[in-house]
Amino acid sequence: MNLKTTLAGALVVSTSWASMAVAQTDLTMWYHGGGNEVESALINQIVSDFNATNADYNVNLESFPQGSYNDSIVAAALAGDLPDIIDVDGPVMPNWAWANYMQPLSIDETIIADFLPGTIGRWNGELYSVGLWDAAVSLYARQSTLDALGLRTPTLDNPWTGDEFMAALDAAKASDICEYAFDPGMAWTGEWYPYAFSPFLQSFGGDIVDRSTYKTAEGALNGDEALEFGAWWQSLFAGGYAPGTSQDPSDRDTGFIDGKYCFSWNGNWAAVATLDAGVDDLLFLPAPDFGKGSVIGAGSWQFGISATSEHAEGANAFIEFALQDKYLAAFSDGIGLIPSTMAAAAMTKNYAENGPLNVYFALSSEQALVRPVSPGYVVAAKVFEKALADIANGADVADTLDAAVDEINTDFERNGGYGH
Amino acid sequence: MAAITPDNHRLRLIVRYTILTLIALIFVFPLVFMVMSSFKPDLQLLRDTSSFRAFLPVGDLSLDNYRDAFTRAPVATFIFNSVFVTGLTVLLSLLFCSLAAFSFVFLNWTGREVLLSIVLATLIIPFETIAIPLLLLVSQLPWIGWEGLELGWLNTYRVQIIPWIADGLTIFLFVQFFKDLPRDLIEASRVEGASWWQIYRRVVMPLSGPVIATAAILKFLVMYNQYLWPLIVVQQETYRPVMVGLGYYFQLNPAWGEIMAYLTVITVPVLAFYLVLQRAFIASIASTGVKG
Repeated sequence: MNLKTTLAGALVVSTSWASMAVAQTDLTMWYHGGGNEVESALINQIVSDFNATNADYNVNLESFPQGSYNDSIVAAALAGDLPDIIDVDGPVMPNWAWANYMQPLSIDETIIADFLPGTIGRWNGELYSVGLWDAAVSLYARQSTLDALGLRTPTLDNPWTGDEFMAALDAAKASDICEYAFDPGMAWTGEWYPYAFSPFLQSFGGDIVDRSTYKTAEGALNGDEALEFGAWWQSLFAGGYAPGTSQDPSDRDTGFIDGKYCFSWNGNWAAVATLDAGVDDLLFLPAPDFGKGSVIGAGSWQFGISATSEHAEGANAFIEFALQDKYLAAFSDGIGLIPSTMAAAAMTKNYAENGPLNVYFALSSEQALVRPVSPGYVVAAKVFEKALADIANGADVADTLDAAVDEINTDFERNGGYGH
Repeated sequence: MAAITPDNHRLRLIVRYTILTLIALIFVFPLVFMVMSSFKPDLQLLRDTSSFRAFLPVGDLSLDNYRDAFTRAPVATFIFNSVFVTGLTVLLSLLFCSLAAFSFVFLNWTGREVLLSIVLATLIIPFETIAIPLLLLVSQLPWIGWEGLELGWLNTYRVQIIPWIADGLTIFLFVQFFKDLPRDLIEASRVEGASWWQIYRRVVMPLSGPVIATAAILKFLVMYNQYLWPLIVVQQETYRPVMVGLGYYFQLNPAWGEIMAYLTVITVPVLAFYLVLQRAFIASIASTGVKG
């Protein structure tokens, strides 16, 4: 091969590579999993696979610590510096969509036909976000505790009633098995309160806001059912069943494992660690039914597209690509959360038919209720958190809930009803 | 009046040192807890918090938390970013704020009293109140770099440095110190024909060691502990400082051992900086009554 041929060949090859590179459009993506090695590896794998198979777009990933991710998004939105693809916590999505941080997705919706309801984010009738997983809460208990206290094991079809639950707590309190009968997790402040505790309120028949209009909390958060819930909630602490708001965070992490608490209200993300800690007769019980059915929270992190993205087609293509069962299963195996589809669950070690956490898939599909789908939820959630903490600390139930309703309604009015 | 005998003098010393030791322990215990916890696995760390064992190197000790902390996040990058941003800001701040103070104290120009009052008034404005307007401003500012004219300072070192160079407190410290310098020195220098720049560089600054140390330490602490500003102006990991990096360890189940290891590591530059300047810092407190 002479010099001319070699140079000509090199020119052709380099031109081809260069034109391929030019043809690929760069997409930016922000993700909340900074610091989570497993999650980072998984999302990087999806990005890498997409970039390798898609000739038109190249995704550049930037990870953020979860605790500061939302602030970074809001700051970037103000500065006009949002990326193309973002991920968003399910209950926050309506606020970001309303604030025009996000645009609707235009993915093929047959892909998400079998997804768990909590993994799909809709606002104003349009699809804005889809998640690869959901999270669920259950009542942690030991079979040996139920046996010792002579309690029946509640099931998904036949959960404990409110009376049965309180009888279980009475039995636990009267025994010397544990220091506290119940650990609701008061040390976990923030979103844990509305996520974990509003389902109790909903089971009583109340709610954080009136979902028929989404314009007021009147009647939902201070009606008779809500007052009944409030009285029950206060009794947990006044009656010495549960540690209050001053709970030591370390007790929240290890109290159930150490036997300090007989029952613990906890998420599926803590299940593997509890099993690994040697609790070999661990049970994940459904939420008690206080009259309106057993309810648990739903909605976790989901993918969406920023309103300012000029490459929505590529961003939609990436999201569709990420929704493959193999990635849902990989995320579930990696970080322990519930995969969005049954097909993906069957591919996982924890949520497959005989997996140790299989019950969570059923809990999530049958009992999950998403938090109020409203831009005002971000404010209502904080108001609700404060109200529950105050009631736990002895505040008057009716006054506290009335004040919470006023605060939520004022926020609704200030924001013109958030477009509802 | 009772005479001071060797016995009660000794008793007073014992009481004094006992109280001082107790106060020192209160300040030292958190640091001891941090360092000891950094060698313990999470479960043991959490269990030890309910006893005095939390302050003792007992149980299953290892360097695993340090290894894992460096694996979880680019700690070296975060430390470099913080030290670089902090170091450069401190140097530039000392230069510009001392020059401003020199002008306020030694030069006669119209409006200096009013301007100094305005500068001092900025001390009462919390940064949080101007964070958003400042963000909007820096996101549109031009900059001429290696690649020509750019618009917007986000995701750079300069956006973490330049807005923090001049501040009312540092100017105030220099102004107060300069006012106490003998005016004869300045006047003698003027008579000798020295320029204002020569007086600043050859006369005033060499006498200002204590206030330089004080201003440097206070500025260092402010900059090294920056959280809100870098959080909103820096979205790329390559520019993140240590305090934003701390968030990497707060997952659903926080890695407490790694958090303690990370905190131990990032505390080292602060302690080193303070140890280098502590003598001058204490001298400054003694002479001016100014402290952080």
